[in-house]
Amino acid sequence: MLRELKTDFHIHTCLSPCAELEMSPLAIIQQAKIKELDIIAICDHNSAENIPALKQAADDYDICLLPGMEVTSIEEVHILALFDAIESALQLQEIVYANLSGKNDEDAFGMQVIVNVHGEVLGFNEKLLIGASNLTVDETVRTIHSLNGLAIAAHIDRDSFSLISQLGFVPEELELDALEISPLISYNSALKKYNPRLPLTNSSDAHNLKDIGKTYTTLYIEKGTVSEIKKAFLQKEGRKIIH
Amino acid sequence: MKLKNIINELNIEVLSGQDQLDGDVKGAYTSDLLSDVIANSKADDLWITMQKHQNIIAVAKLKDLTGIILVNDREPDQETIKKAKDESFPLLATKLSAFEISGKLYTLLKRK
Repeated sequence: MLRELKTDFHIHTCLSPCAELEMSPLAIIQQAKIKELDIIAICDHNSAENIPALKQAADDYDICLLPGMEVTSIEEVHILALFDAIESALQLQEIVYANLSGKNDEDAFGMQVIVNVHGEVLGFNEKLLIGASNLTVDETVRTIHSLNGLAIAAHIDRDSFSLISQLGFVPEELELDALEISPLISYNSALKKYNPRLPLTNSSDAHNLKDIGKTYTTLYIEKGTVSEIKKAFLQKEGRKIIH
Repeated sequence: MKLKNIINELNIEVLSGQDQLDGDVKGAYTSDLLSDVIANSKADDLWITMQKHQNIIAVAKLKDLTGIILVNDREPDQETIKKAKDESFPLLATKLSAFEISGKLYTLLKRK
Protein backbone atom coordinates (compact mmCIF):
# COMPACT_ATOMS: atom_id res chain seq x y z
CA MET A 1 0.00 0.00 0.00
CA LEU A 2 1.32 3.40 -0.94
CA ARG A 3 1.63 5.84 1.95
CA GLU A 4 3.44 8.99 3.03
CA LEU A 5 6.73 8.16 4.70
CA LYS A 6 8.98 10.73 6.32
CA THR A 7 12.68 10.31 5.46
CA ASP A 8 16.01 11.78 6.54
CA PHE A 9 18.71 10.30 4.32
CA HIS A 10 21.74 12.06 5.78
CA ILE A 11 22.63 11.35 9.41
CA HIS A 12 26.16 10.95 10.81
CA THR A 13 27.23 8.84 13.79
CA CYS A 14 30.08 9.21 16.26
CA LEU A 15 32.27 7.53 13.63
CA SER A 16 32.43 10.76 11.66
CA PRO A 17 35.20 12.88 13.19
CA CYS A 18 33.09 16.04 12.88
CA ALA A 19 30.00 14.52 14.56
CA GLU A 20 29.21 14.76 18.27
CA LEU A 21 30.01 11.76 20.47
CA GLU A 22 26.34 11.73 21.51
CA MET A 23 25.56 10.25 18.06
CA SER A 24 25.37 6.67 19.32
CA PRO A 25 23.00 4.06 17.87
CA LEU A 26 20.14 4.08 20.39
CA ALA A 27 20.27 7.86 20.85
CA ILE A 28 20.02 8.41 17.08
CA ILE A 29 17.16 5.95 16.67
CA GLN A 30 15.24 7.32 19.67
CA GLN A 31 15.64 10.84 18.30
CA ALA A 32 14.43 9.68 14.87
CA LYS A 33 11.39 8.19 16.60
CA ILE A 34 10.71 11.47 18.43
CA LYS A 35 10.95 13.33 15.11
CA GLU A 36 8.49 10.79 13.63
CA LEU A 37 10.84 9.70 10.87
CA ASP A 38 9.89 6.46 9.14
CA ILE A 39 13.07 5.95 7.12
CA ILE A 40 16.59 7.12 7.88
CA ALA A 41 19.92 6.59 6.19
CA ILE A 42 23.22 6.61 8.06
CA CYS A 43 25.94 8.28 6.00
CA ASP A 44 29.29 8.63 7.75
CA HIS A 45 32.28 10.08 5.93
CA ASN A 46 33.96 7.39 3.80
CA SER A 47 33.04 4.59 6.19
CA ALA A 48 30.19 2.24 7.11
CA GLU A 49 31.65 0.70 10.25
CA ASN A 50 28.82 1.80 12.56
CA ILE A 51 26.06 0.58 10.26
CA PRO A 52 25.68 -2.90 11.85
CA ALA A 53 25.08 -1.38 15.29
CA LEU A 54 22.67 1.23 13.93
CA LYS A 55 20.77 -1.41 11.97
CA GLN A 56 20.29 -3.46 15.11
CA ALA A 57 19.01 -0.43 17.03
CA ALA A 58 16.67 0.54 14.18
CA ASP A 59 15.20 -2.97 14.04
CA ASP A 60 14.48 -2.84 17.78
CA TYR A 61 12.54 0.43 17.33
CA ASP A 62 10.82 -0.49 14.09
CA ILE A 63 12.48 2.26 12.07
CA CYS A 64 13.56 1.53 8.52
CA LEU A 65 17.31 2.13 8.22
CA LEU A 66 19.17 2.29 4.93
CA PRO A 67 22.90 1.57 5.11
CA GLY A 68 24.72 4.46 3.48
CA MET A 69 27.92 6.44 3.19
CA GLU A 70 29.01 9.98 2.37
CA VAL A 71 31.88 9.48 -0.06
CA THR A 72 34.39 12.27 -0.70
CA SER A 73 35.53 12.26 -4.32
CA ILE A 74 38.91 13.43 -5.57
CA GLU A 75 37.28 16.76 -6.52
CA GLU A 76 36.24 17.03 -2.83
CA VAL A 77 32.59 16.56 -3.73
CA HIS A 78 30.40 14.75 -1.20
CA ILE A 79 28.21 12.03 -2.71
CA LEU A 80 25.68 10.05 -0.66
CA ALA A 81 25.28 6.33 -1.28
CA LEU A 82 22.11 4.57 -0.08
CA PHE A 83 21.69 0.79 -0.11
CA ASP A 84 19.28 -1.95 0.89
CA ALA A 85 21.93 -4.30 2.24
CA ILE A 86 24.69 -3.76 4.78
CA GLU A 87 26.91 -5.94 2.59
CA SER A 88 26.69 -3.39 -0.25
CA ALA A 89 27.74 -0.57 2.06
CA LEU A 90 30.64 -2.68 3.27
CA GLN A 91 31.67 -3.45 -0.31
CA LEU A 92 31.67 0.27 -1.06
CA GLN A 93 33.71 0.81 2.09
CA GLU A 94 36.32 -1.65 0.86
CA ILE A 95 36.66 0.25 -2.44
CA VAL A 96 36.76 3.65 -0.71
CA TYR A 97 39.34 2.47 1.85
CA ALA A 98 41.57 1.22 -0.98
CA ASN A 99 41.42 4.76 -2.38
CA LEU A 100 41.81 6.68 0.86
CA SER A 101 45.17 7.61 2.35
CA GLY A 102 46.25 9.34 5.53
CA LYS A 103 45.82 8.81 9.25
CA ASN A 104 43.32 10.65 11.46
CA ASP A 105 44.56 13.24 13.94
CA GLU A 106 42.00 13.24 16.75
CA ASP A 107 43.09 16.62 18.07
CA ALA A 108 42.67 18.25 14.69
CA PHE A 109 39.59 16.49 13.32
CA GLY A 110 37.90 14.62 16.18
CA MET A 111 37.45 11.05 17.32
CA GLN A 112 36.22 8.30 15.02
CA VAL A 113 34.45 5.93 17.37
CA ILE A 114 33.24 2.47 16.37
CA VAL A 115 30.46 1.32 18.71
CA ASN A 116 28.06 -1.54 19.32
CA VAL A 117 24.29 -1.16 19.61
CA HIS A 118 24.59 -0.12 23.26
CA GLY A 119 27.03 2.64 22.43
CA GLU A 120 29.96 0.75 23.95
CA VAL A 121 33.26 1.55 22.29
CA LEU A 122 34.58 -1.26 20.12
CA GLY A 123 37.51 0.72 18.77
CA PHE A 124 38.68 3.78 16.91
CA ASN A 125 38.96 4.06 13.16
CA GLU A 126 42.45 5.33 12.33
CA LYS A 127 41.92 6.30 8.71
CA LEU A 128 41.70 9.92 7.65
CA LEU A 129 37.94 9.71 7.07
CA ILE A 130 37.68 13.48 6.62
CA GLY A 131 40.04 13.24 3.63
CA ALA A 132 39.27 12.87 -0.07
CA SER A 133 39.38 9.52 -1.84
CA ASN A 134 41.06 9.01 -5.19
CA LEU A 135 37.72 8.24 -6.84
CA THR A 136 36.39 10.82 -9.30
CA VAL A 137 32.72 11.81 -8.98
CA ASP A 138 31.98 9.71 -12.06
CA GLU A 139 33.76 6.68 -10.59
CA THR A 140 31.97 7.19 -7.28
CA VAL A 141 28.52 7.29 -8.88
CA ARG A 142 29.30 4.32 -11.13
CA THR A 143 30.60 2.29 -8.17
CA ILE A 144 27.47 3.04 -6.10
CA HIS A 145 25.23 2.00 -8.99
CA SER A 146 27.23 -1.18 -9.59
CA LEU A 147 26.41 -2.10 -5.98
CA ASN A 148 22.69 -1.41 -6.61
CA GLY A 149 22.66 1.77 -4.58
CA LEU A 150 21.31 5.28 -5.06
CA ALA A 151 23.76 8.14 -5.63
CA ILE A 152 22.74 11.58 -4.37
CA ALA A 153 24.89 14.71 -4.53
CA ALA A 154 25.02 15.99 -0.94
CA HIS A 155 24.08 19.54 0.17
CA ILE A 156 24.47 21.12 -3.27
CA ASP A 157 23.70 24.56 -1.81
CA ARG A 158 26.70 24.56 0.54
CA ASP A 159 29.79 26.53 -0.39
CA SER A 160 32.18 23.72 0.42
CA PHE A 161 32.34 20.03 -0.49
CA SER A 162 29.31 20.29 -2.75
CA LEU A 163 29.02 19.33 -6.40
CA ILE A 164 28.25 22.93 -7.31
CA SER A 165 30.92 24.59 -5.13
CA GLN A 166 33.61 22.27 -6.48
CA LEU A 167 32.51 21.80 -10.09
CA GLY A 168 30.47 24.93 -10.77
CA PHE A 169 27.35 23.14 -11.98
CA VAL A 170 25.87 19.65 -12.12
CA PRO A 171 27.78 17.79 -14.86
CA GLU A 172 25.32 16.60 -17.51
CA GLU A 173 26.94 13.20 -17.92
CA LEU A 174 26.82 12.36 -14.23
CA GLU A 175 24.08 9.79 -13.66
CA LEU A 176 22.97 10.88 -10.21
CA ASP A 177 19.61 9.82 -8.79
CA ALA A 178 18.90 13.05 -6.91
CA LEU A 179 20.35 16.26 -5.50
CA GLU A 180 20.21 16.94 -1.77
CA ILE A 181 19.69 20.39 -0.32
CA SER A 182 20.72 21.29 3.22
CA PRO A 183 18.54 22.92 5.89
CA LEU A 184 20.18 26.24 4.90
CA ILE A 185 17.93 26.65 1.84
CA SER A 186 14.22 26.11 1.29
CA TYR A 187 12.88 23.81 -1.39
CA ASN A 188 11.31 26.68 -3.33
CA SER A 189 14.45 28.82 -3.22
CA ALA A 190 16.49 25.84 -4.40
CA LEU A 191 14.10 25.21 -7.30
CA LYS A 192 14.42 28.82 -8.37
CA LYS A 193 18.19 28.95 -7.89
CA TYR A 194 19.18 25.65 -9.54
CA ASN A 195 16.30 24.83 -11.90
CA PRO A 196 17.38 21.19 -11.49
CA ARG A 197 16.74 18.41 -14.00
CA LEU A 198 17.06 15.94 -11.11
CA PRO A 199 14.74 15.54 -8.10
CA LEU A 200 15.62 17.47 -4.94
CA THR A 201 15.69 15.84 -1.51
CA ASN A 202 15.82 17.60 1.84
CA SER A 203 17.90 15.97 4.53
CA SER A 204 19.35 17.18 7.80
CA ASP A 205 23.06 16.23 7.51
CA ALA A 206 22.76 15.90 11.29
CA HIS A 207 26.04 15.83 13.22
CA ASN A 208 24.22 16.10 16.58
CA LEU A 209 21.00 14.70 17.99
CA LYS A 210 18.91 17.83 17.89
CA ASP A 211 19.47 18.28 14.14
CA ILE A 212 18.07 14.87 13.20
CA GLY A 213 14.99 15.43 11.04
CA LYS A 214 15.56 19.21 11.02
CA THR A 215 14.63 18.99 7.36
CA TYR A 216 13.18 15.85 5.79
CA THR A 217 11.62 14.53 2.61
CA THR A 218 8.19 12.96 2.47
CA LEU A 219 7.95 10.14 -0.05
CA TYR A 220 4.75 8.52 -1.27
CA ILE A 221 5.93 4.91 -1.49
CA GLU A 222 5.22 1.43 -0.17
CA LYS A 223 8.32 0.95 1.93
CA GLY A 224 11.90 2.09 2.40
CA THR A 225 13.78 0.23 -0.28
CA VAL A 226 16.14 1.50 -2.95
CA SER A 227 13.74 0.44 -5.70
CA GLU A 228 10.73 2.22 -4.11
CA ILE A 229 12.75 5.40 -3.51
CA LYS A 230 14.05 5.31 -7.07
CA LYS A 231 10.50 5.03 -8.37
CA ALA A 232 9.52 8.06 -6.28
CA PHE A 233 12.47 10.02 -7.75
CA LEU A 234 11.32 9.06 -11.25
CA GLN A 235 7.61 9.53 -10.40
CA LYS A 236 6.81 6.00 -11.54
CA GLU A 237 3.87 3.76 -10.66
CA GLY A 238 2.21 6.38 -8.49
CA ARG A 239 5.31 6.88 -6.33
CA LYS A 240 6.42 10.48 -5.81
CA ILE A 241 8.15 13.03 -3.63
CA ILE A 242 5.68 15.20 -1.73
CA HIS A 243 6.91 18.78 -1.31
CA MET B 1 50.94 39.13 -23.36
CA LYS B 2 50.27 36.41 -25.90
CA LEU B 3 49.52 32.97 -24.52
CA LYS B 4 52.15 31.33 -26.73
CA ASN B 5 54.85 33.63 -25.35
CA ILE B 6 53.87 32.72 -21.79
CA ILE B 7 54.01 29.04 -22.74
CA ASN B 8 57.55 29.50 -24.11
CA GLU B 9 58.79 31.60 -21.20
CA LEU B 10 57.47 29.30 -18.48
CA ASN B 11 58.07 25.98 -20.22
CA ILE B 12 54.42 24.94 -20.10
CA GLU B 13 53.14 21.79 -21.79
CA VAL B 14 50.28 22.14 -24.29
CA LEU B 15 47.73 19.31 -24.11
CA SER B 16 45.13 20.72 -26.51
CA GLY B 17 44.11 23.79 -28.50
CA GLN B 18 47.51 24.15 -30.25
CA ASP B 19 45.89 26.47 -32.82
CA GLN B 20 44.39 28.75 -30.16
CA LEU B 21 47.55 30.10 -28.53
CA ASP B 22 47.41 33.62 -29.98
CA GLY B 23 45.02 34.88 -27.30
CA ASP B 24 46.06 37.95 -25.34
CA VAL B 25 46.35 37.10 -21.63
CA LYS B 26 45.29 40.09 -19.51
CA GLY B 27 45.67 38.46 -16.09
CA ALA B 28 45.30 35.20 -14.24
CA TYR B 29 43.14 33.57 -11.60
CA THR B 30 44.20 30.75 -9.28
CA SER B 31 41.44 28.64 -7.72
CA ASP B 32 40.22 25.06 -7.46
CA LEU B 33 36.58 25.89 -6.76
CA LEU B 34 34.70 26.24 -10.03
CA SER B 35 31.93 28.22 -8.37
CA ASP B 36 34.59 30.74 -7.30
CA VAL B 37 36.06 30.90 -10.81
CA ILE B 38 32.60 31.54 -12.26
CA ALA B 39 32.08 34.34 -9.73
CA ASN B 40 35.49 36.00 -9.77
CA SER B 41 37.62 35.32 -12.83
CA LYS B 42 37.71 37.89 -15.62
CA ALA B 43 37.60 37.52 -19.39
CA ASP B 44 41.05 36.86 -20.93
CA ASP B 45 42.41 35.50 -17.65
CA LEU B 46 44.58 32.40 -17.65
CA TRP B 47 43.25 29.95 -15.04
CA ILE B 48 45.59 28.06 -12.74
CA THR B 49 44.09 25.02 -11.01
CA MET B 50 44.51 21.41 -9.96
CA GLN B 51 40.86 20.59 -10.64
CA LYS B 52 40.81 18.22 -13.61
CA HIS B 53 37.13 17.33 -14.03
CA GLN B 54 35.70 18.07 -17.48
CA ASN B 55 33.55 20.90 -16.09
CA ILE B 56 36.68 23.08 -16.10
CA ILE B 57 36.47 23.36 -19.91
CA ALA B 58 32.84 24.53 -19.80
CA VAL B 59 33.61 27.07 -17.07
CA ALA B 60 36.64 28.42 -18.96
CA LYS B 61 34.58 28.84 -22.13
CA LEU B 62 31.73 30.43 -20.20
CA LYS B 63 34.07 33.02 -18.70
CA ASP B 64 36.08 33.60 -21.92
CA LEU B 65 39.34 32.55 -20.29
CA THR B 66 42.40 32.20 -22.50
CA GLY B 67 43.50 28.82 -21.17
CA ILE B 68 43.79 26.49 -18.19
CA ILE B 69 47.08 25.49 -16.57
CA LEU B 70 46.89 22.23 -14.59
CA VAL B 71 49.50 22.28 -11.84
CA ASN B 72 51.56 19.64 -10.01
CA ASP B 73 51.76 17.48 -13.13
CA ARG B 74 48.12 16.49 -12.64
CA GLU B 75 46.91 14.18 -15.34
CA PRO B 76 43.49 15.37 -16.56
CA ASP B 77 40.52 12.98 -16.80
CA GLN B 78 40.17 11.40 -20.25
CA GLU B 79 36.85 13.20 -20.80
CA THR B 80 38.50 16.51 -19.96
CA ILE B 81 41.19 16.13 -22.63
CA LYS B 82 38.59 14.98 -25.13
CA LYS B 83 36.36 17.96 -24.39
CA ALA B 84 39.29 20.38 -24.60
CA LYS B 85 40.28 18.91 -27.97
CA ASP B 86 36.70 18.94 -29.27
CA GLU B 87 36.38 22.58 -28.28
CA SER B 88 39.89 23.38 -29.44
CA PHE B 89 40.58 24.99 -26.07
CA PRO B 90 44.12 25.45 -24.65
CA LEU B 91 44.54 22.95 -21.82
CA LEU B 92 48.05 23.31 -20.44
CA ALA B 93 50.13 21.55 -17.81
CA THR B 94 53.09 22.29 -15.58
CA LYS B 95 55.11 20.34 -13.03
CA LEU B 96 55.14 23.42 -10.80
CA SER B 97 52.74 23.96 -7.88
CA ALA B 98 49.95 26.55 -8.06
CA PHE B 99 52.05 28.85 -5.84
CA GLU B 100 55.13 28.66 -8.06
CA ILE B 101 53.42 29.03 -11.42
CA SER B 102 51.23 31.86 -10.08
CA GLY B 103 54.33 33.69 -8.85
CA LYS B 104 56.17 33.27 -12.12
CA LEU B 105 53.18 34.32 -14.18
CA TYR B 106 52.56 37.34 -11.97
CA THR B 107 56.15 38.49 -12.45
CA LEU B 108 55.96 37.91 -16.18
CA LEU B 109 52.70 39.81 -16.63
CA LYS B 110 53.91 42.74 -14.50
CA ARG B 111 57.22 42.98 -16.38
CA LYS B 112 55.86 43.73 -19.82
